[in-house]
Amino acid sequence: MSIASLYALVGVGLFCIGLHAVIAYDHLLRKILAINVMGSGVFLILIALARRGGIVAPDPVPHAMVITGIVVAVSATALALGLMLKVAAATGRAELGDEGGD
Amino acid sequence: MKWTHWLLLPLLLALAAGLGYAVLSLPDRAQGLQSAVAAQLDQSGVTNPVTAVLLNFRGYDTLLEMVVLLLALLGVWSLGASAPACSQSTPGPVLDTLMRLLVPVLVVVAGYLLWAGAHAPGGAFQAGALLGAAGVLLNLTGGRLRHGLGRVALRVALVAGTVAFMAVALLTLLGGRALLEYPPAHAGILILLIEAAATVSIGVTLAALFLGNDATSEREQ
Repeated sequence: MSIASLYALVGVGLFCIGLHAVIAYDHLLRKILAINVMGSGVFLILIALARRGGIVAPDPVPHAMVITGIVVAVSATALALGLMLKVAAATGRAELGDEGGD
Repeated sequence: MKWTHWLLLPLLLALAAGLGYAVLSLPDRAQGLQSAVAAQLDQSGVTNPVTAVLLNFRGYDTLLEMVVLLLALLGVWSLGASAPACSQSTPGPVLDTLMRLLVPVLVVVAGYLLWAGAHAPGGAFQAGALLGAAGVLLNLTGGRLRHGLGRVALRVALVAGTVAFMAVALLTLLGGRALLEYPPAHAGILILLIEAAATVSIGVTLAALFLGNDATSEREQ
C-alpha cells in the first residue's frame, strides 16, 4: 500500500465521520461544520489520488480543482452560517426539528 | 434517535468499507493529465502547472468561481442584517499591537504569494485568503475597515476580479481566438493582471462574507 493510498483512506474516514455528524446531530452549526469535514475528506482523496503515477510531479488538474473547491466551500459555508443565524432569529433555536416547525 | 443511531453506525461502516475498497482497488499507476499539462506548459505564460491549469487551461472554471463568490455574497447580503453587529470597542494594547504588526505582514505575504504563483505554489486564491484574513482581523479589532471603504469603492473592489477576467476573455474573443485563449507572448502578464484583480476581489469578498451584512448601505441610511 502506497502512502498515497493511506492519505486517500484517511480522506474516506474523514468523509464518513462528517457524514455521521450530519445525520446524528440536530444543531445546524454542527451540521455545517460536519459538511466542511466531509469536504476536507473529499479534497484529501483528490490530492492523494493526484499523486498516483506521479514519478516526476503530481497531476496538477486535481490540485486546481481542490483550490477551486476550497474557495467555493468557504463561500457556501458563509451563506449557510447566514441562513443559520436567520433560522435562529426566526425560531429561537438553531435546529431543524419536527416539534418546532408546525 | 436511539434505534436509528444503532442502525446508522453499521451503514456508515459499510459505506466506509466500500469507499476504502474502491480507493484501494484503483491502479497504482494512472495516466493522469500531467503529461498533457507539461507538454503545453511553455505556452501558458507561467511555470507553475497548477497556476497554468487554473488561469489558462481551465480559465473559465476560475472565472465562474469568481461569480460563485459574488453570488454567495449576494445571498448573504440579501438575508439582511441578522448578524449581531460588531461592537465598536477599542482593543486592548496587546491586541492593538498584534493587529498593527500582523496586518502589514499579511498584506506583504499576500503580495509575495501572488507574485510567486507564476513559478511556485501560490496564486490569487492563497493571496486573497490572506487579504481576507487581514480584513477579518481589522474588523475584529475595532471595526475600522467599515470606515475605510465607501459604498462605491467596496463594490468596485468586489467585482474587480470578475470584470478583469471577463475583459480579458472578451479581448481574446475580439482578437480572433477562443474564449480565454491568451496569446502565448502576453500570457504571463495577462495572468498576473487577472490574478492581481482577483486577489483584491477574493480578499474583500471573504471579509465581506465574514461581516455578514452590507455595512455600507446600513451606514448611509
